[in-house]
Amino acid sequence: MELFINQVLAGIATGAIYACMALAVVMIYQAIDHLNFAQGEMAMFSTFISWQLMQWGVPYWWAFLLTLALSFAGGIAIERLLFRPLAKAPILTNVAGFIALFAIINSVAGLTWDFTIKQYPTPFGSSPFLGSQLISTHQAGMIGVTVGLLILLYLFFQFTRIGLAMRAAASVPESARLVGINTSWMIALGWGMAAAIGSIAGMLIAPVVFLEPNMMGGVLIYGFAAAVLGGLTSPLGAVVGGFLVGVFENLAGTYIPGVGNELKLPIALALIITVLVVKPAGLFGRPIVKRV
Amino acid sequence: MSAVEDVVTEAPAVEAVPKRSMTLGYGTSLVVLAALILTPLFVKNFIIFQMTQILYFGLAVLALNILTGGSGQFSLGQSAFYAVGAYTSAILMEHVGMNYALTLPVAGAICFGFGFLFGQPALRLSGVYLALATFALAVAMPQLLKLGYFEHWTGGVQGLVVTKPDAPFGLPMSQDMWLYYFTLAITIAIYIFSVNLLKSRSGRAFMAIRDNEIAASAMGVDVALYKTLAFGVSAGITGVAGGLGAIAVQFVAPDSFTITLAIQLFLGMVVGGVGWLPGSIVGAAFIIFVPNIAEGISKGLSGAVFGVLLFLVIFLVPHGARQVAIVAQQLIGKLKKT
Repeated sequence: MELFINQVLAGIATGAIYACMALAVVMIYQAIDHLNFAQGEMAMFSTFISWQLMQWGVPYWWAFLLTLALSFAGGIAIERLLFRPLAKAPILTNVAGFIALFAIINSVAGLTWDFTIKQYPTPFGSSPFLGSQLISTHQAGMIGVTVGLLILLYLFFQFTRIGLAMRAAASVPESARLVGINTSWMIALGWGMAAAIGSIAGMLIAPVVFLEPNMMGGVLIYGFAAAVLGGLTSPLGAVVGGFLVGVFENLAGTYIPGVGNELKLPIALALIITVLVVKPAGLFGRPIVKRV
Repeated sequence: MSAVEDVVTEAPAVEAVPKRSMTLGYGTSLVVLAALILTPLFVKNFIIFQMTQILYFGLAVLALNILTGGSGQFSLGQSAFYAVGAYTSAILMEHVGMNYALTLPVAGAICFGFGFLFGQPALRLSGVYLALATFALAVAMPQLLKLGYFEHWTGGVQGLVVTKPDAPFGLPMSQDMWLYYFTLAITIAIYIFSVNLLKSRSGRAFMAIRDNEIAASAMGVDVALYKTLAFGVSAGITGVAGGLGAIAVQFVAPDSFTITLAIQLFLGMVVGGVGWLPGSIVGAAFIIFVPNIAEGISKGLSGAVFGVLLFLVIFLVPHGARQVAIVAQQLIGKLKKT
């Protein structure tokens, strides 16, 4: 029993990483109706920017805020320059665009900061949390930040004018335009927010997985799994899905014989496919109704 | 819904004259064929090897084209089928001692079954969800191939080395050249099969599903059957391409079949023009040569150059090589009139 509780706790700790990433995935999916395959690379690039700022002597929290602002601006810039012209293009073209973006960011980051693994500082320290060996203060901090972010997002979408406008633009663009919402800028805003959330995820993950241009590959896939499990239309679902995937991954690794580290990834993927087949809307998502 | 509809509005020509717009005219085909047959006689072995590569990658892109351009379904998981084909051929040649030519139909058949089965869950998904599910398959494949259980057969992380076949009947040809003509023959056979498939009753069913699933089912098309069938045929052809690839590079290892390969094939299709079968070869040439060109421009930034080139293609010629071909055809038409 103790083993079980320990594994669940450890799972929640890793789940926080996935939850963060899933939140960014859901944000962008809400805004543009596509899964951004370059999301992980954008987060990685933001993390490198914050690392560079710290190398230049900027204190952690200033670097954090500056990176947040830069990522937000960067996300909007990418949307305005590259993806706005593709808004009416078929989904295939958009996916190709994401792949191109992925290649560009990965290669530029590799050239600027090379591929060696770098240490990344944590603001929370890494001593055991409340005397537990399984959760460090950093992981506890990560869970706290993720939950805080979720509450902030909820308040933003529920109680601010601009949050309401964004929701309107995402669900019925035509009607939203008729009541005077600038839907095209709402999409740009969605990109900016997704980039900013991604940068928070990157900066929280970097102390755990270390900083390097390919650090996001695995995390993004778990993020996708979490987002799909929770439902691509629900930020709350993304966070819950993230924790569930983390716990599931750990329990499967412990209790199913033959599942070592090498099979953890296929398990996440099997989870994606199972959820998509059994309940495509996810746990908290709205089912999509098609009209003939 | 948007995905399926988009494909329709983007490619109205496909509905109007399916035969002409999905294939080349007879004259052009003969010229291309002659070029493909004669060129190897005049170039070095390495270039022949690269041409072989273009052919089998072209086959894999063609397979994806049948799936996406034909039936309107998405796949980022073609590398998984390719890997299964390559491993089937390699294992049959090295462990069972089968003749290389005979392993290809087996690879195709196994992949057909695999694709058909994978098509079952894929039935319920469309657009972005299908992209995600197939993406998951592609990412999982290298891990599965590395598994300890299969190590006796697959060679684990090390992979398998395949012996290159000699030219038969004492023909005075180098191994590379023989392999090129062998690949060419198979490519032509599969190309003709694909063209005819798309012109047949099944092909029309694919296109009906692509254009409007509900209307297709109202006309009596068994949507579930034809969607899975499209997956099966596509996977089968990809499997043959994978087998040819294994024979040509003489080596299979899990890390040659990562998601990168799936993405390359996908890009090949976009560059060649979705739904235009001859474009597959152009797309294959793009994915083989452009990374080299990118590396020539800047070694450290090859990924970035590749990405920028891809963006250029998307923005300037969104329909890929097909658009270029149509423009060229119109120009020639004008010249003839004056």
